[in-house]
Amino acid sequence: MTDANQQMVEQYRNNFLREVEDNVEEGEWVKMCMQCGVCSGSCPFGPHWEHPPQEIFMMIRAGKRDEVLQSDSMWMCTSCYNCIVRCPRELPITHIMHGLAHYAKRLGIAPKNQPTQKFAQLFWNNLTKTGRVNELKLGLALYFMNGIGEGIKTSLKMQKIGLGMLMTKRLTPMELIGGHKCKDAKGLQAILKKAEELEAARIPATGK
Amino acid sequence: MAKKSYSFYPGCSSQKAASASNYMVSVNSMCETLDIELNEIPDWNCCSASIGYAGGGELPRLALSARNMAISEQANPGQDIVATCAACWLATKEAQERLHDDDTLMTETNEALAQAGLKLEASQNVRHMVEVLIEDFGYDELGKHVKKPLDGIKIAGYVGCQTNRPFGIDGESYENPKYLDKLVETMGAEPVENYDQKVSCCGGALAFSEPEKSQALIKDIIESAYDGGADMIVTPCPVCQMNVEVYQDHINQKYKTNFKMPVVYYSTLMSVAYGGSGKDAGLDGQIIKAKQLEELASK
Repeated sequence: MTDANQQMVEQYRNNFLREVEDNVEEGEWVKMCMQCGVCSGSCPFGPHWEHPPQEIFMMIRAGKRDEVLQSDSMWMCTSCYNCIVRCPRELPITHIMHGLAHYAKRLGIAPKNQPTQKFAQLFWNNLTKTGRVNELKLGLALYFMNGIGEGIKTSLKMQKIGLGMLMTKRLTPMELIGGHKCKDAKGLQAILKKAEELEAARIPATGK
Repeated sequence: MAKKSYSFYPGCSSQKAASASNYMVSVNSMCETLDIELNEIPDWNCCSASIGYAGGGELPRLALSARNMAISEQANPGQDIVATCAACWLATKEAQERLHDDDTLMTETNEALAQAGLKLEASQNVRHMVEVLIEDFGYDELGKHVKKPLDGIKIAGYVGCQTNRPFGIDGESYENPKYLDKLVETMGAEPVENYDQKVSCCGGALAFSEPEKSQALIKDIIESAYDGGADMIVTPCPVCQMNVEVYQDHINQKYKTNFKMPVVYYSTLMSVAYGGSGKDAGLDGQIIKAKQLEELASK
């Protein structure tokens, strides 16, 4: 268990709902869930969630902290916003799922080999480096995120798609050496660093 | 109509030789006909779409969009911000609303922006290009510029998720929006009636991390278009376009289907209908060629 996680467990003891309300994006909405299940029934990846959103909300109230934060459920959110527009209580469910996923990741207890967890981190690393997404490097990082062997297999499988993108000029090998970027990437990084500091001050246990 | 000017946020995928560069080409052609001036936000950055949350907390993610909005307020004052990408639109509009409603987040965001000498009011409206077309022009005006009606082409209007939810287009429903069908009709083509997958999800960014689960969704989107007699699919979203077009071979292999369905943007249709060449309309960017549009464009 990480230090940050241990600190939160001790601080909140058996009140996981309070912990979520205090530290998770839009977490103050969780108690408003009335367990109708429309979110779970509306989710395009619904069958793949170990615990669909409705269940996650009940588990938070029941104090099932490890089961929620270590679950790969929230990482199944495709951000389609079906649940948000259909929720009778207008809970920002998509954002709560993103918030729970991020919180678990901050605490260092998100499932390590979850593919979306890995991809989403690669995406963030990619975009913050230059201020803009480098699609070629992101694609390659994705193919090789589970090691060289699997990377070569995936690359071969994707070869024809990559070639199609190259032939239609929707991908360029030039992205490997230079590529698109913000001129003031440094300024952007300074903004992000400050934002991270300010956020960490509000959620002290997870400050880096 | 007089020239209309907007503060433009193109987004990463619209850049030269990026995955939706063909979208940008057709948008430029469409805007030329409609006398729309797009003033690019100088040195804009990525919005982190809906997948930045693993590495980025709420405030850093808001700060990304805040930087774009702050530069926009400076460089293009008094103009609405317009995005062509659904995810860019959504992320920026969400940030604008949340910062407007939450004083703490707004204060902290400005504290962060000050690191680069920027300041934000979040006063500009944030709109998707289709909103501009429908609200600032309207179907009648859009129809007036049609030189080559897309006669005899049947098109499934795939609206997808993020151009539709949670904000959507004013006056349209989340479950059965009609604007894309109306645009198709305005360009002289025939919309597929009752296209039941029109607001279904293609997997979005999870098409990368969960390809099999996403391709199962994409299969339904294409199959339903075929069932409706569609010659092609049209969409307002770069992620929808790419996901629905490029995985058809993989889907064919797995599900023993025989898909070869072109997937175009609304702006592709409009550029061709407005008399643009295949190149103007970005048709050379189709991996699955839209042959009927190519023929019409070359006439």
